[in-house]
Amino acid sequence: MKRALCLMLLTAFIFLAGCGTAPVRKEPEIPAKYPVSKYVKPDVTYAIDAYDPWEPMNRRIYIFNAIFDNFVFLPVVQAYEFVLPVLVQKGITNFFNNLTEVTNLTNSLLQFKFVKAVNTFGRVAINTTVGLGGLIDVATINDGITREDEDFGQTLGFYGLGPGPYLVLPILGPSDLRDTTGLVVDSVVYSMMVGELIDLTGLGSPEDDILNYSLTAIYAIDKRSNEPFRYYKTGSAFEYDLIRKLFLIKRQFQIEN
Amino acid sequence: MKRHVLVLIFAVIVGFSGTQAAAYDYKVDDPYAATIVGTPDVLEWKVPEKIDYELLGLKVFPDRPTPDVFWYQREFLYTLSYQKQEAPLIFVIAGTGSSFYSSSMIFLQKAFWGAGFHVICLSSPTQMNFITMASATCVPGNIVEDSQDLYRVMNLAWQQVKNRIKVSEFYLTGYSLGGSQSAFVSKLDEEKRVFNFKKVCMINPAVSLYTSAKILDDMLLEIMPNGYSPEVFDRWFDERIAKFGEIYRMMKHPQLDHDFLYDAYRVLHKKGQTPRKENMAGMIGTVFRLASSTMIFTADVMANYGLIVPKNRVLGSADSLTDYFKVANRISFIDYFNDFLYPYSQSRNPGLTKEALIEGTSLRSIEPYLRNTPKIILMDNEDDLILTPEDLSFLKDVFGARAKIYPRGGHCGNMTFKDNVAHLINFFKN
Repeated sequence: MKRALCLMLLTAFIFLAGCGTAPVRKEPEIPAKYPVSKYVKPDVTYAIDAYDPWEPMNRRIYIFNAIFDNFVFLPVVQAYEFVLPVLVQKGITNFFNNLTEVTNLTNSLLQFKFVKAVNTFGRVAINTTVGLGGLIDVATINDGITREDEDFGQTLGFYGLGPGPYLVLPILGPSDLRDTTGLVVDSVVYSMMVGELIDLTGLGSPEDDILNYSLTAIYAIDKRSNEPFRYYKTGSAFEYDLIRKLFLIKRQFQIEN
Repeated sequence: MKRHVLVLIFAVIVGFSGTQAAAYDYKVDDPYAATIVGTPDVLEWKVPEKIDYELLGLKVFPDRPTPDVFWYQREFLYTLSYQKQEAPLIFVIAGTGSSFYSSSMIFLQKAFWGAGFHVICLSSPTQMNFITMASATCVPGNIVEDSQDLYRVMNLAWQQVKNRIKVSEFYLTGYSLGGSQSAFVSKLDEEKRVFNFKKVCMINPAVSLYTSAKILDDMLLEIMPNGYSPEVFDRWFDERIAKFGEIYRMMKHPQLDHDFLYDAYRVLHKKGQTPRKENMAGMIGTVFRLASSTMIFTADVMANYGLIVPKNRVLGSADSLTDYFKVANRISFIDYFNDFLYPYSQSRNPGLTKEALIEGTSLRSIEPYLRNTPKIILMDNEDDLILTPEDLSFLKDVFGARAKIYPRGGHCGNMTFKDNVAHLINFFKN
């Protein structure tokens, strides 16, 4: 698994390097009727603008993600959806949702959002017991306690940290420097907890690579399966710009809530 | 009870029978809100939640190179949903800038399939995939040429699937610009006779592409009365975003797509906050501008015309397009018509006047055909935003009893409403 990951990243970088070649121009350029130089004012903020100093790299990673999604990720997800009954898929989604409540809990507490923390705690308590270890989301169905949405990126935002440069992460997609940091922190907390749980329940050793990687793989597939976004389906030639803007707006909304 | 009495009196006065007088239940009486909000879930025609469909691809112009900047466009894409038994095949044409992935198209696909038809969904000739892969000129807007392009892909699609499905007869429909194109495609079919369409339904068509585009262009001016200004737009946009922020919490699964603005708006409407007219016009105008800016940029690159991108510049797959986006956003459809489509058409067809081009992209140019072809029907709304009063009278006059005009719905806002879909399906079924 580790080797596969290395191989994948290597392929990515070869691809990205390949993208960098300058296009060959054959005939001399003739200025456009509506030239950028005349119609785009550098001192004006446009609605579509975003702080994106790493844009050339980001655009390449975006392309890599689209290709990876198309040829690796989605085919795996489709196979997963084909093989497993919908009910089982739902159970897996609920199971991981229950595990990742730890992110909601810690970050609700860090932002003193006690109602959210209590809701999350209640959800975990109900879903882990009545919901058979998290397989059924009883809390939502029976009690109408819906899942919160907090993470460390939002916590950092809550304390006034701006998003920093926009960043497209390989495979994971749109992010920014603050939220990438948040993601790393949340992942560490999550893995520590899962390690403890594996140890506690006696399902295996926390150092068991196969178990850990399988969990991660299923988690990733489940997440992708529940994400309707498809690359280049917006039908816009400016999808990169639109997604960037919408991502940043969405994060802003999440922080404010 | 009082209301029932009123309805009864009304029925007597107008001389309708009781059932005909039954109120039209689509309640959104503001055409702007209707256009944005659409139909509440509970009042929608019930369609199957999930259906099987195939995503198919065609190489329409196999020898045409694709510029690197459109590297992700490889084939012309369309969808097929089919029945196991013999059934009629319906072609559905999307509205301006929309693909078969748009929510309206997916809805129609499900509704028709659920009613027992084979369905082929086609993106609009103004949509990026169509322009790059299936347009002969790559410069959309001339409805006669666009309809020839449509006919070509319909023919190729049929060749691709005909051995697998049993088709009894062929039908055709489309909404908005796709509705207008349906008429032209139907007329073309009278000569070519590939399909011999038995039934055609035009849903909320534009009578004149030029007029309707101008109406939609001008909606942006409601928020920028002194002309397009990026500063004013940015301020307006920020205010809207702040507003959406308030209601974001109420959105269950916000999607990052073109429908995002509409979805957010829907939530606001549900809260009972009546939005101001200029803001609603601004939103419709923004969505239209997003679609037209992609269309203009794509056509410009494909035809190497030099409208926004310098002529002969080769854009790479990872080049920043942000600046071109900014320029494309300030170009209206009418600018595109005057500075690109018209001169481009004229260069290939000397002697073509602008008036002739405008007239040629209007349903008025095929009025005798529409008037004398009983297989074509119309579904429209009294308050359709893209029609002038003259356009509406024209449609009523030409279609007469073949026109079903609803009192409300704005532009396509009631397209998924149960009564509308029932009428549509009933027409194709009987």
